[in-house]
Order: sequence, then structure tokens, then C-alpha cells
Amino acid sequence: MLASLAGVLFDGFAYGMLLFLLSVGLSVTLGMMNFVNLAHCSFAMIGGYVTLTLTNSLGWPFLASLPAAFLAAAAASVVLERTLYRRLYRASDLDQCLFTIGVVFVSVAVAAWIYGTIQQSISTPPYLRGSVQFMGISFAVYRLFLVAFALVITVVLVALLEYTRFGAQVRAAVDNPRMARGLGIDVDRAFMVTFALGGGLAGLGGALAIEVVGLDPGFAFTYLVYVLIVVAVGGLGSIGGSFLAAAVLGISDMAGKYYFPWLGAFLIYLVMVGLLMWRPAGLFGKR
Amino acid sequence: MSAVLSTRGLAKRFGSLVVAQDIAISLPQGVRYALIGPNGAGKTTLINLITGMLRPDAGRVLLGEDDITSLRADTRVKRGLARTFQINALFPHLSALESVTIAVCERQGCAGTWWKRLPGYRDAIDEAHGILSSLRLATDCYRLTRELAYGQQRLLEIALALATRPKVLLLDEPAAGVPKDESAQLFEAIAELSRDLTVLFIEHDMNVVFRFASRIIVMVGGRILVEGSPDEIARNAEVRSVYLGKAHHG
Amino acid sequence: MAAGGPFREALKRMTAADPAVAGPLQYLEAQVRWRRIEIAFWLATLLPFVVTPAYLQLASQIAITALFALSLDLILGYAGIVSLGHAAYFGVGAYTAGLLSKHFWGEPLSGLAAAALLSGLVGYATSHIIVRFRHLALIMLTLGLGLLLHEAANSAHFLTGGADGLQGVRIRPLLETFRFDLYGRAAYAYSLAVLFLVFLVARRLIHSPFGLALRAIRENAMRMPAIGAPSRAHLRKIYTISAVMAGIAGALLTHTTSTVSLEVLSFQRSADVLVILILGGAGRLYGGILGAIIYMVARDQFSGINPQYWYFWIGLLLIAVVMFLPNGILGGLAKITARWRGRRP
Repeated sequence: MLASLAGVLFDGFAYGMLLFLLSVGLSVTLGMMNFVNLAHCSFAMIGGYVTLTLTNSLGWPFLASLPAAFLAAAAASVVLERTLYRRLYRASDLDQCLFTIGVVFVSVAVAAWIYGTIQQSISTPPYLRGSVQFMGISFAVYRLFLVAFALVITVVLVALLEYTRFGAQVRAAVDNPRMARGLGIDVDRAFMVTFALGGGLAGLGGALAIEVVGLDPGFAFTYLVYVLIVVAVGGLGSIGGSFLAAAVLGISDMAGKYYFPWLGAFLIYLVMVGLLMWRPAGLFGKR
Repeated sequence: MSAVLSTRGLAKRFGSLVVAQDIAISLPQGVRYALIGPNGAGKTTLINLITGMLRPDAGRVLLGEDDITSLRADTRVKRGLARTFQINALFPHLSALESVTIAVCERQGCAGTWWKRLPGYRDAIDEAHGILSSLRLATDCYRLTRELAYGQQRLLEIALALATRPKVLLLDEPAAGVPKDESAQLFEAIAELSRDLTVLFIEHDMNVVFRFASRIIVMVGGRILVEGSPDEIARNAEVRSVYLGKAHHG
Repeated sequence: MAAGGPFREALKRMTAADPAVAGPLQYLEAQVRWRRIEIAFWLATLLPFVVTPAYLQLASQIAITALFALSLDLILGYAGIVSLGHAAYFGVGAYTAGLLSKHFWGEPLSGLAAAALLSGLVGYATSHIIVRFRHLALIMLTLGLGLLLHEAANSAHFLTGGADGLQGVRIRPLLETFRFDLYGRAAYAYSLAVLFLVFLVARRLIHSPFGLALRAIRENAMRMPAIGAPSRAHLRKIYTISAVMAGIAGALLTHTTSTVSLEVLSFQRSADVLVILILGGAGRLYGGILGAIIYMVARDQFSGINPQYWYFWIGLLLIAVVMFLPNGILGGLAKITARWRGRRP
């Protein structure tokens, strides 16, 4: 019983780490520019499909395809931001919502046209398969890899934010964009770089997710809901908040599926609604 | 003479930033008060505290004998406390007439009626038109708010407040941003306000202050520095060094 | 400016809103008057009976969708509440009508009343939560509540039939005379009549002091308390009314198709109605109806197309509308007609 509980906790935490990678970019860019980008998971999808193409069709090693996924998604983010998104920063919530939903629809259709609608999988390298035994509990190697990877990324992000000048600029811009501009910080450039970083991380998450949940064009929508929950619950602009919210969500989802399968996703939505009512700005959000 | 609006020990801070401390004012009926002070002194914050847009950390606000500190902002308006905003807070795509009409309807309590046509509310509409006429906005009252000249929009700000039939009117820099040639009309309108009405206005232009106010309150750094007649304030050395000594408009 | 002269003149006269303004009452009267083009439109809705009798079932579906879009317009176009989960109330109405017919009796008009009541209650309850939020939190909340209800219905097999849909829905003929058959005559007459009646209510509401208060809230929510307006109370009221209308639309669907599927509560339906309203133009009373006509006819014409590709074009449409036609088709038309009359829109 305890072994299965520990197993569920670990699997849930690993799943949460995946959600964290997918969500952290959106949380920071939302906190910075209040731009409701519902197409965020399209970048995740791009990363996933890049990895898929590189490993399945071109024979690249899995680990080598990850930076490519990051770069592809980051590049797509920058292009989208520079050409279309920047006209909408002053637009209403509704307009931003509708526009980015439109982008999702288009991206999903394009992905379906190129790759078809069936769920795809990749063949992970042998050293990432299987599981290890520890204290009577069996841990899947891939999930260990996922957790380790996400923790490293988290440390890098926090270091970037706390100890670099760029990070200070980003924090200032999230806290008070107007004031930051007044202090001479190039908020637009900081935003573009952050947006690229966030999109790239989402792409990375999408690539890593293939082994865990598979990849199909619907990914951009299915995981959007979870990402939005993480962002809304964790608080806009907060890395720590996203981390915590993602972990909680991952564990709740896994535990829910294991112990209360008849509830389905009901529990997750109920938790989100309840948490939002208690703290509308999220657990760690501004104000 | 009992006060129509008074505050006792009003205080507010944002983290370590103290925006209001120990604010105690007492306004008798019909008097014109000017609230002056350097930027960041907390003048608009004080209005926000009095009207209920901001919750104080301590202190009380009284309208007449009634403690209104725990009342919602719209309830305070119903009791007779109205304000205007330093930056126009108007309804861009509503016409001036519609804007004032809805304010009148809210006061009369018929704004919740959804089964009767608006043109059926003749008296509310006439009253709205009357207020706009008194502020010389009648000819343009059918135009959308966003199409009005800035000076007219500032007058509309006042019209909205007047539609609530207040006992106390708080004007936050009524002439802010209005070019000199249009502001004369604005101040004529303010001068013509009923003598039953108690008015407190925030203003930076000393000429305006000395012309319209019978009493002046000076705020610095979230506290009230001194209160007195225009002559007393003009002679006060402390005030002069803090505020009047600096360059001012006009 | 000679091109299209007589047509343009006729259009001007039909859409003319204000004659020479004589006074405040006349100005407001002019806003509220029935325009000739409106009367023409409602008369035209009778045409399908004569001109396209083979498409009456589709026409009834269009009327139902139009009603649903109208309910969304009241909260989104007029009060400014962005909802990604309005299908919740549509679904409550649909299931109420279905369950009533399955377990008790299948008389449509009482089913309509029951659906209106129940969806109104759910709307009233949720309105207390909804009106306290804005921006992202509001969007998330409406999305979450919609998903919640969908999941609940999915899990509650015993009641709703879950993903298989509700079985055993039996609808009696309307007024015991008009059967809901495949030809759709009764269906369209019923849907159209209900749409028109609810539309009259909505129209009256928009032109009432309450309607003006809602528009003011949308224009500047912060200013409202400062003129003594209880904004939240106003918003709760319109939200409840909107939920009632959405529930009525849902019940109409059940009555005219004799089925209730889980899809009535889906995000897809919430998103579709949002697209429809934006396409037609929010805040203009007829936007939802226009959007519904265009969308449903287009979807019927392209019904052979793979749903993925349908949503590709919808995606492009959304992008185009936001960039070039932010007030929808009616907004764009209003701009054009205003320019013809030589005034700013």
C-alpha cells in the first residue's frame, strides 16, 4: 500500500514536472505583459513534432534532438511575437483570447495535415528505458530523467532571474512594467527574450512529453487546460508558484486516476475553481 | 456648526510606504475647501479613502453623524458623497446625455428596471438634460463622450457627480489638463455650484485656490501639515518652504 | 458617389437611426424605435417555410443557435463578461428537458419552463462567483465551471447516460397537434416563435434603464460605484437572465431533435457560440443571429470536410476578425453606413 502510494506520488511529481516545463513560460509572460496567449501549447506541440521528425525520420539521437526542439519552438515564438502578437498588447482580454485561439486552431490543423491525426510515439534510447528498484519501489528511468531535467532547469531559471542583470530586468518588468520603462529598461526586448525562452521551454516540454503521454495534434488543446490551471493557480509571473502548482496538479491528477477513477478530471477542475475563488491572483500572484 | 464630512485618524500604508497618517478633517456645510500639497502627498489617496475606493488601515469616516467607514463605495454615494476623477473616468461610447441619465436613474433606483423603455422615464431624462444645460453641455449632449473636447469631458465628470445630488462633492484636480482658454468656463461652473453643497477640491494652481477656496488644507507626505484661511496659509512659513516656495503654474 | 445611388438611398432610409433631433426625449426615442430593416428581417425569417422547405430542420437549428448566441451577447456584448463556458447553461436546459420527458412527461412547453427555471437557478448560483472576478481569473473560472459540469455529466452515467447520451427521450407533439418530424415544420415554427419572443424580451431589456446601466458597466466598470451603481447586483441579474435564455435554447434542441448528447456541455459548444457572436458582432443585438446564420449555413455546406480543416478556416477567420473587423460584421456594416451618411461611426 505504501509502496503504491510512493509510486503514485513519484509518478505524479514527474508528471507535474512536465507540466511545470510546459507552463513556466506562460506564467512569466502573462505576468509581464498580461497577454493572454492561449496558443502557448502550440509551441509545445512544435517542439514535440520537431523531436519526432528528427529521431524517427532522420535518426538523430534523442538527447540531441532536445536542444533542436527548444530552438525551433523559441524561434517560432519570436516570429509570432514580432509579426502578430505585438499589435495586440493593448487589445482587450477577449480579443487576445480569440486571436490566440485562432492561432491554436490553425496550428492544430497544420500539424494534422503534415503528420496526420494518429498518436505518435518515439523510441527512447535504451539507457532511458526500464526502471530501477529503490527501497522496494520501482522508479521508471525516464521519469527519473524527467524529474532531474526539470529540477536542473528550475535551478538555472531561478539563477537567471536572481543573479543576472537580465533577470533583474525581467523581475522589474513583471512587477511594474510602466515603472521599469521609466527606469530605462527595454521592456519590449526583455519581453521578447522571455517569450522566446518560455516558448522554447514549452517546446522542450512537448518533446519530453512524447514518451509519457504521446503526441497528436490535439496536444495543443488538451494540455492547454492543464497549463492554464497551473498558471492561474500558481500565480502569474511566479516561477515558484508554477512549480508548486504543477507539482500539486500532477500528483492530484495521478492520485485521482489511481484511487478515484470514476471522478475523472472532476477533481482537478474543482480544485482549480476552489483555489481561484480563494485567491483570484493565484497562490503567489501579484496583489 | 456640525460637520457634514469628517474623518478621524485615517491611516493607510502599502507595505512600508505610508500614504496616509492620522488624517483628521472636519468640513462644515457650504464651505469651499481646497486641498493642496506637493505631488505624492496623498491627496488623491485621501479622496479614495473617504469615498471607499480604498480601505483604511485605521480611522473612521463620518458623513454628518453617521459612520460610513464600513459602507461600500456605491452606498456612500447614495448617502450624498460624490467625487470626480483626476483622469477622466467616463463612458467613451455613451453620449453625454446617456451618461448623466444613467447616473440619475441609479439615484432614483430605477436602473434595475429591465421591462420598461428608457424614453418612458421622462423626469430622469429632463433632469439629466437640465444638469447638462447648467454646465453648458446641452448643445453637445447627444455626441459620444469620446468625441467631446477635453474641457467638455471635464465638465461631464462634474455633471456625473452632480447627478447623484450629493451633499458633499470632492473634486480631484477638476481643471487638470484643460487648456487655459477652456478652464475659465469650468471654474465658472464650479463657482455657480449651490451654496448648500460642501465642496473640497484638489488643485495645484494657486490663483484658482485663492480665488475659490474659503479654507485651505495642506498635505505633505501623507499627513496634514496645516489648515487655515487663505491668508493664514499664504503667511505660513512652513507651507511656503514646502510648497509655495517652489515654482507653480500661472 | 454616383454608383449604387438608389440602392444606397434605400438602405440609408431603412437603417436611419436619428431624424433631426428635437430634444432629449426624441433622441432617446430614436435609439429605441423599430427600424424598417428589423421588421424586414423578421418577415424574412418566414421565408424558409415557402422558399426552402427542405431545409426547415437546419433552419430550426440555426434559430436555436441564434438564441444561444443572443444569450451570450447579453453578458459579453453588453455587460462585458468574457465567458468560455456558457454551454453549461445550455446543457443544463437540454438535460432538464430530456430528463423531464424521460421520467415524467414529454410535453414541450412545460419542459421549456422547467429548463428555464433550472438553468436560471444554476446561473443565479454561479453568478455570485462570476461577478467577483475580471480578466484571466474570470476567463479561467468560466472555463473551469464549464469543464466541471461536463465532467460531472460524463461521470453521472445513471442520470445522464454519460458519453452515450441520454436514452429514452420522448417528446410529445407541440400543443398535442404538431409533431416534431424529419420535415422540421413544427421544429422551425416552434424554434422561431420562441426565438422571437425571447428576442423581444432581450430587445426591451437593452433599451431599458437596466440595459443602459449594463453598457455603462462595460464602458467603465470602475466609474459605476462612483455614481451609486451596485455593479455586482446588476451583473448577477443579467447573468441569471442570460442563463435562463441559454437554458431555453438547450431545451429547444432537445425538443426538436429528441436527443441529448454530452456535447451540449462541451467546451466546443462554448467556443463555437463565442466565434459565432464575434463573427456577427457583439453588442449589437442582431450579431448573434447573423453569425449563427452564416456559421451554420457554411458548416452545412462544408459538412463533408474533415473537422480538422474546418477549424483551420475558423482559426484564420478568428485572426482576421480580430485584426480587421473587431466589431464583427455588423460593426463593419455600421462603419460603412455611417461613412455613407458622411458622419463618423
